[in-house]
Amino acid sequence: MFKIVHAQFLAPGIKRFVIVAPRIARKQKPGQFVILRIYEEGERIPLTIESSDPARGTISIVVQAAGKTTHLLNTLEMGDSILDVVGPLGKPSEIRNYGTVVVVGGGVGTAMAYPTASALKRAGNRVISIVGARNKELVILENEMRMVSDALMITTDDGSYGDKGFVTDKLRQLIENGTRIDLVIAVGPIVMMKAVSEMTRGEHIHTVVSLNPIMIDGTGMCGGCRVLIDGKSEFACVDGPEFDGHKVDFPVLVQRNAMYREAEQRSMDEFRARPSGFSSEPTSRNVNEKWGTPDKPDKNVCASGEGELR
Amino acid sequence: MSPATKSKNPVSPKDRMKIARQLMPEQAPEVRAQNFEEVNLGYSAELAQQEARRCLECAKPTCTDNCPVGIDVKAFVELIVAGDFLGAAAKIRENNVLPAITGRVCPQEDQCEGKCLLSKKVKPLGIGYLERFVADYEQRMGTHVVPKVAPSGKKVAIVGSGPAGLTVAGDLIQKGHRVRVFEALHEIGGVLVYGIPEFRLPKQIVREQIDYMREMGVEFETDVVVGRTVTVDELLEEEGYDAVFIGTGAGLPQFMNIPGEHLNGVYSANEFLTRINLMKAYRFPVYDEPMLDLHGKDVAVIGGGNTALDAIRSALRLGAHKAYVLYRRSEAEMPARAEEVHHARQEGIDFQMLTAPVEFLSEGSGWLTAARCVRMELGEPDASGRRRPVAMKGSEFDLPLSVAVIAIGTSANPIVQSTTPGLGTNPRGYIQAGEQTQRTTRKGVFAGGDIVTGSATVILAMGAGRRAANSIHEYLTTGEW
Repeated sequence: MFKIVHAQFLAPGIKRFVIVAPRIARKQKPGQFVILRIYEEGERIPLTIESSDPARGTISIVVQAAGKTTHLLNTLEMGDSILDVVGPLGKPSEIRNYGTVVVVGGGVGTAMAYPTASALKRAGNRVISIVGARNKELVILENEMRMVSDALMITTDDGSYGDKGFVTDKLRQLIENGTRIDLVIAVGPIVMMKAVSEMTRGEHIHTVVSLNPIMIDGTGMCGGCRVLIDGKSEFACVDGPEFDGHKVDFPVLVQRNAMYREAEQRSMDEFRARPSGFSSEPTSRNVNEKWGTPDKPDKNVCASGEGELR
Repeated sequence: MSPATKSKNPVSPKDRMKIARQLMPEQAPEVRAQNFEEVNLGYSAELAQQEARRCLECAKPTCTDNCPVGIDVKAFVELIVAGDFLGAAAKIRENNVLPAITGRVCPQEDQCEGKCLLSKKVKPLGIGYLERFVADYEQRMGTHVVPKVAPSGKKVAIVGSGPAGLTVAGDLIQKGHRVRVFEALHEIGGVLVYGIPEFRLPKQIVREQIDYMREMGVEFETDVVVGRTVTVDELLEEEGYDAVFIGTGAGLPQFMNIPGEHLNGVYSANEFLTRINLMKAYRFPVYDEPMLDLHGKDVAVIGGGNTALDAIRSALRLGAHKAYVLYRRSEAEMPARAEEVHHARQEGIDFQMLTAPVEFLSEGSGWLTAARCVRMELGEPDASGRRRPVAMKGSEFDLPLSVAVIAIGTSANPIVQSTTPGLGTNPRGYIQAGEQTQRTTRKGVFAGGDIVTGSATVILAMGAGRRAANSIHEYLTTGEW
């Protein structure tokens, strides 16, 4: 059991948890993730590690409610425990001095972009960050990102904060202004990572994206998280999660992530019908939004059923 | 049995061959194809004793020769004849810490039963069934003895809680060493829990064996991916372990690299079985992990091993309409246990031998709709000694399918190797270990099971575990490398 020592909403439906996990805290590096299981009948879902505190033996994760498991997770509070947390999984981000790096965080993907941006800054890079969200309320980690960036740009889809538009608009501006960019790192919804990769391809700017396929064990055993990279199968859990954005077959990723859509919908419907222990707003919006823009943290999207939180 | 001891067997040696091999009671095929309960129901005491009486009590028994852990078959069978079932269980436990499991999953026809003298004339002695009987009897009686041993002061870390790791743990704890087993998943048992289905190996049986190990003092820690959560070097240098055993098992599933493998509906056997066995997706929505709904769907597995049969028989139980095995060689080359092939046929699995897919097709939807297959014929023997399958020209046909499960083997999982400097691997990425000593190229580090040999059987992994335990004990005692 892994105890939650702090739990706080950062935005509607987006919650940060600080969890006691000394082994993981000691080893975590930017770009890595954990897999957790909340209760005995629960599924295993991968979630990004935002930061860790080796001295205190804690890690922090940021969760956006999308499917049943993430909704349940977001009902947990300080003092509650999570049955299983395993990690840190995946290869860490490759941190070195590239020169100028543009870090793009879309939605809750910003939570994963943040530790990488921070490490890149410490490694001597000039870090330009672009954070995008649907609206003002959903902009997260603004102060944290500002601290580790030489410049920070914010876009919202509806213009309620920062500039109206998408992260790619800002990226295009940078490119058009002749800003020298040595590396782009994009973490967020698949559509965003795809758009960023397409924009940088023609400019020959090396672009790294962090992929979020369906995953079970996270150790290279099941092969469920296979992604097509340059026409070849790779496993996001052991070969990734970060890949060269110009080599990723995004349509296959989108297609495979939709594999359990029916079951996920059923789980969510049944969960809504029994809203015990349900604290965030159970609007139908959440699920629809999910399919519109697959969310970063709930990699295994949701699924599920009648199981009550124990 | 020494000639001086009088046989307890009431049946004269010449009459023993007249007793038919006692049939294993089992669920009727049409019933069991609808559930995940165990197929075999187990011998009663009467059936077990009757079967045991068939043993010829050879002066020079050969039934132990092919046993990877060296069980004294003749001795335990004699104890069954004498009615001392607990004694028989204890006799097996001298060499095998997981008898309830091996009694169910060993390929006995290639090992003990394959060497049984009876098989020259009639059916071999049901050694696997007898092993299973005494192990289950012992469990029901709840009387297994927890040996008390003086602590050695040494401690050993075991990486992976599959058959190899559990064997090392069980053997070393009985030699007085402190033992801690690290498991990456949330359940103890490795392939025994994520791979082998309930209908062949009930998880309750695995749990009971593990509980027994806990009683003996073995410590378990789940949710630890050695190489990521903690490294082998940290275990040795910072956590004070005197030796480490690596038994991380079969790794990354292999794919065929044919077009369409990324279509929805195409699974690796590991993923398919993990969803069902570990995550209990067959009980969705009580359990959260989803599974594609197989009711009324046509499903095929590609491969001819136990994993392939486990997957397709699971698909049948999940409501599949047609359930095919596509195997590129012929039945004679199938690596699966004979009993599983027999059971699968009884349940209505459609075996398409000498058949291989060359492409997975969809109608543009991203979902599998068919496999384009070719028929094969057998040519000259290949490196494995089996005749190489060669595609027949013009034999292509499309087999309509909604789900395909690829069960053609695995390659080495790289996590431990890539995070342990100086740990030697072979060109295929498996860990190098001495055949008898199971010693790796790193001092104090041992390895065994599938991570050394590539995919094999539970009992071969246990055999490696047994050799490793002896070798580790020797190293801990002498300090010599």
